[in-house]
Amino acid sequence: MSDEPTVRHHESVVTPAGEHDITDGGPDMVQFLDAEGNRLETNESNAPYAEIVEALTAEDGRAMYRDLVLVRRVDAEGHALQRQGELGLWPSLLGQEAAQVGAGRAMRPQDYAFPGYREHGVAWCKGVPPENLLGMFRGVNNGGWDSNENNFHLYTIVIGNQMLHATGYAMGIQRDGAVGTGDESRDAAVMAFTGDGGTAQGDYNEALVFAGVANAPVVFFVQNNQWAISEPNYKQFRIPPYLRARGFGFPGVRVDGNDVLASYAVSKAAMDAARAGQGPTLIEAFTYRMGAHTTSDDPTKYRIAAEVDIWREKDPIKRMRGFMEKNGHADQEFFDAVDAEADEIAARIRKACQEMPNPELPTMFDNIYVDEHPVVAAERDEFVAYHASFEGAGH
Amino acid sequence: MSTITMANALNQALRDSIAEDENVLVFGEDVGTLGGVFRITDGLTRDFGEDRCFDTPLAEAGIVGFALGMCLTGFRPVVEMQFDAFAYPAFEQIASHVAKMRNRTAGKVTLPMVIRVPYAGGIGGVEHHCDSSEGYYAHTPGLKVVTPSTPADAYSLLREAIADPDPVVFMEPKVLYWSKADLELPATTEPFGRAAVRRNGTDVTLVTYGPSVPTALKAAEAAQEEGWNVEVIDLRTIVPFDDETVVESVRRTGRCVVVSEAQGFGGVAGEVAARVTERCFHSLEAPVLRVSGLDIPYPAPKLEHTYLPGVERILDAIARLQWDDVPDLHHAGAGATA
Repeated sequence: MSDEPTVRHHESVVTPAGEHDITDGGPDMVQFLDAEGNRLETNESNAPYAEIVEALTAEDGRAMYRDLVLVRRVDAEGHALQRQGELGLWPSLLGQEAAQVGAGRAMRPQDYAFPGYREHGVAWCKGVPPENLLGMFRGVNNGGWDSNENNFHLYTIVIGNQMLHATGYAMGIQRDGAVGTGDESRDAAVMAFTGDGGTAQGDYNEALVFAGVANAPVVFFVQNNQWAISEPNYKQFRIPPYLRARGFGFPGVRVDGNDVLASYAVSKAAMDAARAGQGPTLIEAFTYRMGAHTTSDDPTKYRIAAEVDIWREKDPIKRMRGFMEKNGHADQEFFDAVDAEADEIAARIRKACQEMPNPELPTMFDNIYVDEHPVVAAERDEFVAYHASFEGAGH
Repeated sequence: MSTITMANALNQALRDSIAEDENVLVFGEDVGTLGGVFRITDGLTRDFGEDRCFDTPLAEAGIVGFALGMCLTGFRPVVEMQFDAFAYPAFEQIASHVAKMRNRTAGKVTLPMVIRVPYAGGIGGVEHHCDSSEGYYAHTPGLKVVTPSTPADAYSLLREAIADPDPVVFMEPKVLYWSKADLELPATTEPFGRAAVRRNGTDVTLVTYGPSVPTALKAAEAAQEEGWNVEVIDLRTIVPFDDETVVESVRRTGRCVVVSEAQGFGGVAGEVAARVTERCFHSLEAPVLRVSGLDIPYPAPKLEHTYLPGVERILDAIARLQWDDVPDLHHAGAGATA
């Protein structure tokens, strides 16, 4: 008897791919690069997006590659900081860099992102300093950034709730007339992020109902990383997320979440449509959570190493680098420079994390209401005086 | 002056807010063409258009979460939860996001949202239509919790709620929707955070709110015949709570009864009793008593008159306030099993 858990396949899950297979997204999946970085032929699935990919320059590719590498390094540093006791928790995005960078780069500054809690790559693309992501996980604040500064909402850990906020925001900009004007600097849309587990939540499904009914300018970006902590896809749904979109009245697309070109192209097409007033799209990025759910999790309890090995071969950075090398889009000097930049960023955020001051006690009474609230104020004053009474008393 | 019902006053407050501020939106289930099941939004869609008052899908979490997103784009949504117990699906959105967003963003984001909740019983409603759910909201920091008991307050407090930069849970006592007053609108009453002394008295303070205010006033009149001069305080806003008015009154009268329709255990009435006891202990001639709903699910309509705090139960509580200096033995022995 082996102690290793076995991967079970739920026979009743029928997808166009045939048998449920968590390593194969099936023929509907939009893909441009194979695992080695070879450009795939145009086929029925990727044809609608080929033009977007063709328009990308070598420089665009280098910028995407740089994002992938830097985001992975930021994530690795977050993980290391947790292991060294500097953070209380860290949710790793390892393996999902291409899904997030593709989506993030499809957003314009005026577009708004509503993340879950693993969207460090989207945050990066929206210009949120990575240091800002650490505050909540270090325990010095409950949010950490001004969501309006980069149009990147606070992380939402309660699963799927933010899909509704995104839909409401999309309805708001629709009413403000910021949709379908044809003005590239004005037209805006919203991207809402969750995972495969999030698709089971009531709020997720309500958001899709509202968005469909209102034809709201919102793109639901579901990173199907195959695991909701320990629960595999077949415990979340019988029909995969991209196929369910049609039931809500808008298109759904499955994209290879480890192929940054595909993720970008599908996201760009969906966001362009939303900005133009053509309504929502659901994108299911088929990817894999290479690490644990968070630093508090132990995936060896529920999944086998062989599965992780299969996905390691599909690595998004290796794939993009292969594509660039085959096409002469970058040389060793470029790759070395990106690695050096990653080291610098890692050192920077490590320093910033360690230097984050602990919050002063009275600040926990701040910003509960706009105006001073008498009950809160009285409790604050009493509590501050109580703590002050210990000063110098040897406590 | 004209005769105005609380429902009229609420409708007028919505109208005036919509007319004055282009960012005010009203939405919820059946609030459009129908005008709401209680007709509080009657005619708003007709008079202001679908852009300003519209029907949503039947999904309460959706309504509140969606309203949150609209706040982020500068709107001031006023959403209707059709009934008290129908609002529970929205509780996660309210408690985890609406109430906390300002705090989580260190003050960068405020949510000027009003969540209207028709609440409490006394209308013969079938199951899940009679809950007094104010305690859940009052227990959640970041929310203001308001409940009018007069048409004038209904108008003024709703206007203030819509203008308030923070999220407000606006609890409307269903049983008082058709109560009337001679009134000229617009009316302005005391602001949030100020309780109203509805009846002056010297012997005992009744602290109450919302649907129980008229009952408390009736009890006070009846008590007068027994020789007790009763002061009645209407809290109006449960959050922010007006300690000052309550404490001043109880220190003067030396006796206090809290009247609330909600189940007593863990409720607003218990909070009031605790605050009074902490602040007025040395002025009290007797323990603070509560007259509340019972700690059972809201009963079937044929029994609700026994469940609701009525004049008799309030008078009985007043009678137990140690007038002859004999200790009240009502609870003596109970719960003393240790």
